Amino acid sequence: MTTLSCETPETQDHAPALMKILERHERRRDRLIPILQEVQEEFGYLPEEQLKAIAAVLDLPAAHVFGVATFYTHFALEARGKYVVKLCDGTACHVKASIPILEALQKRLGLSDRKKTSADALFTVETVACLGACGLAPVMVINEEVFGQMTPQRAVELVDELARKEGGAP
Amino acid sequence: MTTTENTLQIDGRRVAIDGERNLLELIRKSGIQLPTFCYHSDLSVYGACRLCLVEVEGRGLSGACSTPPEPGMNLRTNTDEIREIRKISVELLLANHDNQCPTCPKSDGCGLQRLAHQLGVEKVRYKSVLTRKPIDASSHALVRDPNKCVLCGDCVRVCREIQGIGAIDFAHRGHEAAVLPAFGSGLAQVECVNCGQCTVVCPTGALSPKPEMDETWRDLSDPDLTVVAQVAPAVRVALGEAFGLPPGTLSTGQVVAALRRLGFRHVYDTAFAADLTVMEEGTELLGRVMKREKLPQFTSCCPAWVKYAEHFLPELLPQLSTCRSPQQMFGALLKDRLPQSLGIPREKLRVVSVMPCTAKKYEARRGEFAKDGQPDVDRVLTTQELARMVKAAGILFHELEPESFDMPFGLASGAGVLFANSGGVTEAALRFAVEKITGEPLPGVDFHEVRGEAGLREATIRAGGLELRVAIVHGLGNAKALVEAVREGRAAYDFVEVMSCPGGCVNGAGQPVGRERDGRKKRARGIYEADKTMPLHKSQENVFVGACYAAGLGDIGGEKAHALLHTHYHGRPLAAETRSEERE
Amino acid sequence: MTALQDQTREVGATAAGKRRVIVCAGTGCVSNGALKVHAAFTHALEEGAIPFDLQFKPESGHLHLSKSGCQGFCQMGPLVTILPEGILYTRVKPEDVHEIVAATVGRGEVLTRLLYVDPVTRGACKGYAEIPFYKRQTRYVLKDCGWIDPEDLGEYLSMGGYEAAKRAYLAMSDEAIVGVVTASGLRGRGGGGFPTGRKWEAARRAPAGKKYVICNGDEGDPGAFMDRSVMEGDPHRVLEGILIAARAIGADEAYVYVRAEYPLAVKRMRRAVHDAEAAGILGDSVFGSGRPMRCVVMEGAGAFVCGEETALMASIEGLRGMPAPKPPFPAQAGLWGKPTLINNVETLAQIPRILNDGPEAYRAMGTEKSPGTKTFALTGHVVNTGLIEVPFGTTLREVVLEIGGGITDARGKARGEMFKAVQIGGPSGGCLTPEMLDLPLDFDSLKSVGAMVGSGGLVAMNQETCMVGIARFFMQFTQRESCGKCVLCREGTRQLLGMLDEVMEGRAEPEDLLRMEELARAVQKGSLCGLGKTAPNPVLSTLKYFRGEYEQHVLHKHCPTGACKALAKPHIVEALCKGCGLCVKACPVGAITGERKKAHALDLKTCLKCGACAAACKLHAIHGVLP
Ligand SMILES: Cc1cc2nc3c(=O)[nH]c(=O)nc-3n(C[C@H](O)[C@H](O)[C@H](O)COP(=O)(O)O)c2cc1C
Ligand code: SF4
Ligand code: SF4
Ligand code: SF4
Ligand code: SF4
Ligand code: SF4
Ligand code: SF4
Ligand code: SF4
Ligand code: SF4
Ligand code: FES
Ligand code: FES
Ligand code: FES
Repeated sequence: MTTLSCETPETQDHAPALMKILERHERRRDRLIPILQEVQEEFGYLPEEQLKAIAAVLDLPAAHVFGVATFYTHFALEARGKYVVKLCDGTACHVKASIPILEALQKRLGLSDRKKTSADALFTVETVACLGACGLAPVMVINEEVFGQMTPQRAVELVDELARKEGGAP
Repeated sequence: MTTTENTLQIDGRRVAIDGERNLLELIRKSGIQLPTFCYHSDLSVYGACRLCLVEVEGRGLSGACSTPPEPGMNLRTNTDEIREIRKISVELLLANHDNQCPTCPKSDGCGLQRLAHQLGVEKVRYKSVLTRKPIDASSHALVRDPNKCVLCGDCVRVCREIQGIGAIDFAHRGHEAAVLPAFGSGLAQVECVNCGQCTVVCPTGALSPKPEMDETWRDLSDPDLTVVAQVAPAVRVALGEAFGLPPGTLSTGQVVAALRRLGFRHVYDTAFAADLTVMEEGTELLGRVMKREKLPQFTSCCPAWVKYAEHFLPELLPQLSTCRSPQQMFGALLKDRLPQSLGIPREKLRVVSVMPCTAKKYEARRGEFAKDGQPDVDRVLTTQELARMVKAAGILFHELEPESFDMPFGLASGAGVLFANSGGVTEAALRFAVEKITGEPLPGVDFHEVRGEAGLREATIRAGGLELRVAIVHGLGNAKALVEAVREGRAAYDFVEVMSCPGGCVNGAGQPVGRERDGRKKRARGIYEADKTMPLHKSQENVFVGACYAAGLGDIGGEKAHALLHTHYHGRPLAAETRSEERE
Repeated sequence: MTALQDQTREVGATAAGKRRVIVCAGTGCVSNGALKVHAAFTHALEEGAIPFDLQFKPESGHLHLSKSGCQGFCQMGPLVTILPEGILYTRVKPEDVHEIVAATVGRGEVLTRLLYVDPVTRGACKGYAEIPFYKRQTRYVLKDCGWIDPEDLGEYLSMGGYEAAKRAYLAMSDEAIVGVVTASGLRGRGGGGFPTGRKWEAARRAPAGKKYVICNGDEGDPGAFMDRSVMEGDPHRVLEGILIAARAIGADEAYVYVRAEYPLAVKRMRRAVHDAEAAGILGDSVFGSGRPMRCVVMEGAGAFVCGEETALMASIEGLRGMPAPKPPFPAQAGLWGKPTLINNVETLAQIPRILNDGPEAYRAMGTEKSPGTKTFALTGHVVNTGLIEVPFGTTLREVVLEIGGGITDARGKARGEMFKAVQIGGPSGGCLTPEMLDLPLDFDSLKSVGAMVGSGGLVAMNQETCMVGIARFFMQFTQRESCGKCVLCREGTRQLLGMLDEVMEGRAEPEDLLRMEELARAVQKGSLCGLGKTAPNPVLSTLKYFRGEYEQHVLHKHCPTGACKALAKPHIVEALCKGCGLCVKACPVGAITGERKKAHALDLKTCLKCGACAAACKLHAIHGVLP
């Protein structure tokens, strides 16, 4: 009589890949950051659908999940290019002229500080604060590969090379 | 420990520490009002605005709100340095602020404006860095203007900690930091229940109730329309505050007089509809108790709670009373009766409610509460809005002679008026139900066991061999905890009253934002006083309510009554589950 | 004899005079192709039918081909070390490997062409002991970094690893452990220099029950990589420090929080935890003591402020990394409200040796108030950049001129006279000027000149560096990294950044400098956490020591270095120009004209101030713009 039915709605069909990640973390709320990291790994970025699903399964307000996802710079809420070029603008790299490299790359790919992903969705160019390889400043990372002692010219060449490999026009 | 040991110095004066949680409480106790944006005694400590900085000898500047008092501390609260830092803080805020005071909803009580004035900020030394963001007007109840937000986080914490919802939260960081609903969508698209408590704590005009004054003025000046008002019980103990009267001052007669001056053809008392609610809801309760089904019965007069249940507790919906809230019962009744008795077509009648509440604005627009596309309640004004309209019309509130409500819908019992207080619905229902069960008049009408301030109050009422276990909660966070306790079998009740606002509707978000510390208590007391001074104390004694049933509503809880006075609920997706396409 | 030579011997001795080839596999060397070099060695050894082990096997008599963590001299990478001779080859390419195997491994000959050449003496240096970059260092915490295989627990154990932890768990009381740490005078390397012993004591005294240890490996200073090198190069040392800390305060769970930009450090720390679990070091009963201990390695997600302890804990709890007011301090109510000890990677990595060698030995290094050694990331305009470790109290002169080999110009050439400043402590630090060359580097001396040890980033800057630009750079960093919680930091850093922009663009008035100082002080005093409290340091410090440079910008709308584009006034110095026309070709907008063999002229109205002409001119005739 005074009891309530207590099934929580669990019927939604979330992406199996997502559910696997959530199960691996035992649906723990304090694992939100690693969960987001793995979801980003899986989907390339954090799609809104997945964030909502995470919120629903972890029983967290969606605004909270959104708030966490937008706090950390590693989380991307929009799809990124196939190649993510991270140019270091940490102190060591900055004093060794990393900005001209950034400018050259942006010019080559038609990007700006606001527009970070090229129209063909091949390249995303971002800056990061120190990759911890300052001895090789200026440093650039393409996906996981680290390139040291960069120059604007070499950076553009690397991008050209990848573009050629992808069969894209310059 | 002797008292001298347990003291500290504030600006050279010795002050005893007496269990204060932080320096701020102690400093206030000693008669100094430090400026604060992000401290609220009911909420967790946040420590962000840095306005409460004080100098602690040997430690430098510390936030008073977040520093526990220690014996022997030596504090200074008003040094040149502190004043200068406060001033700089205010200027920094103003340099990233849409400074539109004259047209700002908070103009009258804005913390930022007040502080700028008090600190003597006469010029902002910094360049404006405001990048204008769109105003969110998606909600029927609230307006969110990010260009006026100072990021104190009070709203975030009230929504999370008091209401247990978290509909808004911080997003992004650094200079991009903002308070947003999930994914930056509109408040109307997320699980916000429109309680408006965030607007109460917001020190600026960044979150405010959505006004309907212009539309109301237009209706009032349209000669084709007949405009009537219904006034909720809580309004009468708070409107005066907008005119400098102490909280809790009962000014029912002046409210009525003011509304008439503004051009309302008839002025009715929502407490009348509350009496009607008591009859319907009490009867429903007794029916369920007899059948031992759908218990506990949860009240349904708070639209914020109803929306909360629809979002978060869909399986609980059958247990909500099917009664409409008094506002909506009244709207339906007036739209049903008045056209006939006044000889006007239904579409020429406008029902305007004056409410302490922002959720009522939303409630009035629920699809269920309309007939042929015409809403039962056309406009909902908050107490604040009424005050502004009175001022706009130049009416000198203090000089108004009290007037009475129009009859028949202006007659109400004290029980109906109690609806304004947390515990009041329960008490009103008990005054009806107990008499109904025992078949004998109550020896006394007051049920002190259901009054009080605790977030959860429980009582067992024995009547005619029957035990009624009642619980009263206010604040949705408390409601959430109660439902959990019931689910887990830690508690069992027959009747649960839920009001979303702390203390109930007297502290609704539409009320003038009081600065007095025990303003809440005084308003509640005002309501109990009002009950005492009224001739009737039980809803069942309200002859016009009886007349209503006789003249068309039929039986209590009967078919016609159901059509006009009851409703149904439906589950609503959470923001977490809404699909993007469903958003505007 | 320096500690370094000690250590070479030690490694040599453990390997029992065995031949060993160490390929540096730190991030720097890997990005220079170290893995290919390693592969080439495998190949060449197989080809030459030389039996070898890829793992540390004390009993085997074979050659040991191993990978190490960063050796600190990434600039010269990939580095290959050959033991027992202690030969160090620099800039090794896969093509060189055959010869190394044949000559050095086979016949014990030194390949001079791969040796490091001392730029001053022009002499080839055979090994560490001869290279000025290493000679002056005292590698204490970095002792095994760059020598041992970080992925090989066996090797760490063979060098006495986990002995200290074992004693701590089996033979010492918690008081005794804290006592040793207190007596050593160790101060936290996370920036503040807080006495570690005192922190441990507070956590130890916190009521028993659930407690945590957190190892702070967030290392967010954009120009520092010491903690990373330790985690990558000697992860078990860090883990051992954590174990001892946990024993001392009565914790049974630890978190290692590593910033997301360090995937290799994450991998190595995880591997270390895994191997330690497998070996029964971590688990239900550490060293059979009956005390349980668990360790979780958590990766950050890109937020500098998460290095601040309360923000870090929020991040572990799955929240936005926003700092909270203190008190309560972590030792009272930390992670999930439980008493928590939080220490920096380098702080913890010192612990095992302090326990082993005793506090006196530790105090023998460094200064009285700052005992021990400190690692620094030496970068910027110096000949030798890299990771170094010196005793506290070493002077700036020794670090920049001797270890760093002196200042370079924009083209990388050694130009000692161009020394302008050293920025120490990253975004919360300050500037040191040539007048302070003899300042001993320690917590208190640095504080006295308005700088701080901070994380240990040391960025040398030459005359071509605009100090306003440097202040702006750091301000932009802190402004981007501010969590946005408190007004003074969120809005104040933004305004300071705007003011610096105005200075650099020639729009500032003299009173703006005063306004800037005033605001900077307010932000410093009133902000909630260390980020805001220290964010104005670079501005205040450059204003203090390079005020003239600011005034040049403000009063004369002139940037003395030519680095501020908006103020640059490129012009051709008639007397220097020979009219070669190279600049005309280089200029993208045709701003330079002139007849051949006659001095050219530059039209400022068309000029974009890109500096291409200055770079092209062989005679350095174009002034007022940086190449
Ligand atoms: C903005 C900010 C960033 C910080 N970043 C780091 C960091 O990256 N690594 C670190 O060990 N400590 C950092 N700290 C200091 C830590 O809050 C903390 O004091 C330190 O980890 C304590 O360790 P220690 O006592 O061993 O120095 C930072 C502090 C602030 C205010
Ligand atoms: S929020 Fe306050 S300061 Fe801002 S415009 Fe409104 S009244 Fe003025
Ligand atoms: S206060 Fe001043 S600025 Fe504001 S409306 Fe009045 S006159 Fe205008
Ligand atoms: S109105 Fe109520 S539910 Fe909506 S955001 Fe404000 S506090 Fe939260
Ligand atoms: S909306 Fe209001 S209460 Fe919320 S953070 Fe902004 S200023 Fe504070
Ligand atoms: S408690 Fe009253 S004022 Fe508050 S939301 Fe509910 S109905 Fe409105
Ligand atoms: S000082 Fe800056 S980083 Fe620290 S809490 Fe305040 S806003 Fe956040
Ligand atoms: S600075 Fe650039 S644009 Fe100006 S003259 Fe030289 S090359 Fe041409
Ligand atoms: S490159 Fe130099 S020397 Fe040649 S024309 Fe230009 S300025 Fe003169
Ligand atoms: S500053 Fe670029 S890698 Fe460190
Ligand atoms: S009230 Fe103390 S910091 Fe805001
Ligand atoms: S990575 Fe090889 S020396 Fe730094």
